[in-house]
Amino acid sequence: MSQSPVLELITAVDEADSAPKLVAAVRQLANVRSETAIPKLITALGYNNPGAAVAAVEGLVALGSAAVPALLEHLDGYNYGARAWALRALAGIGDPRSLELLRQTAESDFALSVRRAAARGLGNIHWSDMAAAAIPPAQEKAMQSLLKASVDPEWVVRYAAVVGLQGLGAAMRQYQHHGSLGIDDRLQEMAANDAELAVRARALLADQQLNPNGQDA
Amino acid sequence: MVDDFASVSPSGIGAKGSGSDFAIGEGDPLPDGESLTVEQAIANLHHSDPSLRYYASWWLGRFRVREEAAIIGLIDQFEAETEPDETGAFPLRRNAARALGKVGDDRAIPGLIECLQCSDYYVREAAAQSLGTLGDPAAVPPLMQLLAGGVAEAVRVPGKPHLRQPYAAVLEALGSLGAIVAIPQIQAFLEHPVARVQYSAARALYQLTGDSFYGDKLIGALQGSDLQLRRSALMDLGAIGYLNAAEAISETLAENSLKLIALKGILEHNLALTDPPNSLTPDTIRVMQYMDNLL
Repeated sequence: MSQSPVLELITAVDEADSAPKLVAAVRQLANVRSETAIPKLITALGYNNPGAAVAAVEGLVALGSAAVPALLEHLDGYNYGARAWALRALAGIGDPRSLELLRQTAESDFALSVRRAAARGLGNIHWSDMAAAAIPPAQEKAMQSLLKASVDPEWVVRYAAVVGLQGLGAAMRQYQHHGSLGIDDRLQEMAANDAELAVRARALLADQQLNPNGQDA
Repeated sequence: MVDDFASVSPSGIGAKGSGSDFAIGEGDPLPDGESLTVEQAIANLHHSDPSLRYYASWWLGRFRVREEAAIIGLIDQFEAETEPDETGAFPLRRNAARALGKVGDDRAIPGLIECLQCSDYYVREAAAQSLGTLGDPAAVPPLMQLLAGGVAEAVRVPGKPHLRQPYAAVLEALGSLGAIVAIPQIQAFLEHPVARVQYSAARALYQLTGDSFYGDKLIGALQGSDLQLRRSALMDLGAIGYLNAAEAISETLAENSLKLIALKGILEHNLALTDPPNSLTPDTIRVMQYMDNLL
């Protein structure tokens, strides 16, 4: 009874004896936003219980960069499902340390739902956490990965690539990276030519939001 | 907002450590059996081994092969399979009927209409679905015949896991075919005891009338406790493009992949209605924002 509240919540996760209790326990643990909870939340990604994994991902994303080293460290040796959830947490957090992993995943993971999350994540990197000199080449790499994802055979990955390109394009403008012109070109091409109407519309929206005055028209 | 498989299916309440494979999401690669070429698949439609004909039919539908020889060969399966198997099924007809809806060639319509009279329920179901996809109003009267007797006769077949007719598929096909003439008969099925049938009637009636009363009934399904019904309501709402459902879709407990497909249907349906077509409006932008949050 002398345990801290967080440790009690961790114990509750371990002792949950039904799926609904497990989901509730993980959700409570996620909601305290304590770094002490990180290892257990990562473990919960591997319970093969989607409700628990959703709650754990949300908790880890809310904790942000503090969760990144443990997430990256635990990626190997877990089952594929847990890796996918961890990737989703990293995509949501946007820490530059996960950039390489997000790039590889967006370009070549076999599961389209994971490629889609990684592509979104590449548009959501917190560049200010990176050394200034490292930012332009890293943004260039992220852009190359998103350009590859933008020709993915699955429409939803291309849609996510558009969202990622929009986020990255906005960031590159902030850092006055002229390479963002390549993003504008690709978005305009997609708005005109993608096979799926939904992707064309999203690319048009991205282009308009990046270029609100229509300078590029 | 990352929540693939946010809800646990009844069979999947494994809690932790159940050891079963984790499903990443709809649309991820399926184990694909053997690979074929188009030529092989078409040739296999006439193979003496029925299992190869069965697989070839599925394959040609899956890859939407629209070559003449494929379509003729698929239609031939209806005539070629003259006898049911020992369980009363016509498996080759089932697969051919499904595939012909996917390849989308009008030459299949007479054969599919005949399939509505097949003794195999699943052949009738596949034919109704494909006729709805193909879009020829000639299919309306024969489809309406399957509703004969109304709800009173739409009962379960003893010893079978299905009703007398594939009512859900028939109702949905009538909605897709714009069968205004069928509205009174379809309305009766809003009171059918099986929820899935009620929702199919609502889907069809929304398409036939544009009345939000019916679309809202499908939104109600999204808030229900049955995952399978929530999933099918997602597909229904995507198919009918019901804009008012966008927020409820984004919040229902189901896989993000399915929600994204449903929202894509709504987005594309409403993009087509803008003036000029495919322009961005506050409504279409809002649907895209919901989609962005589900990636």
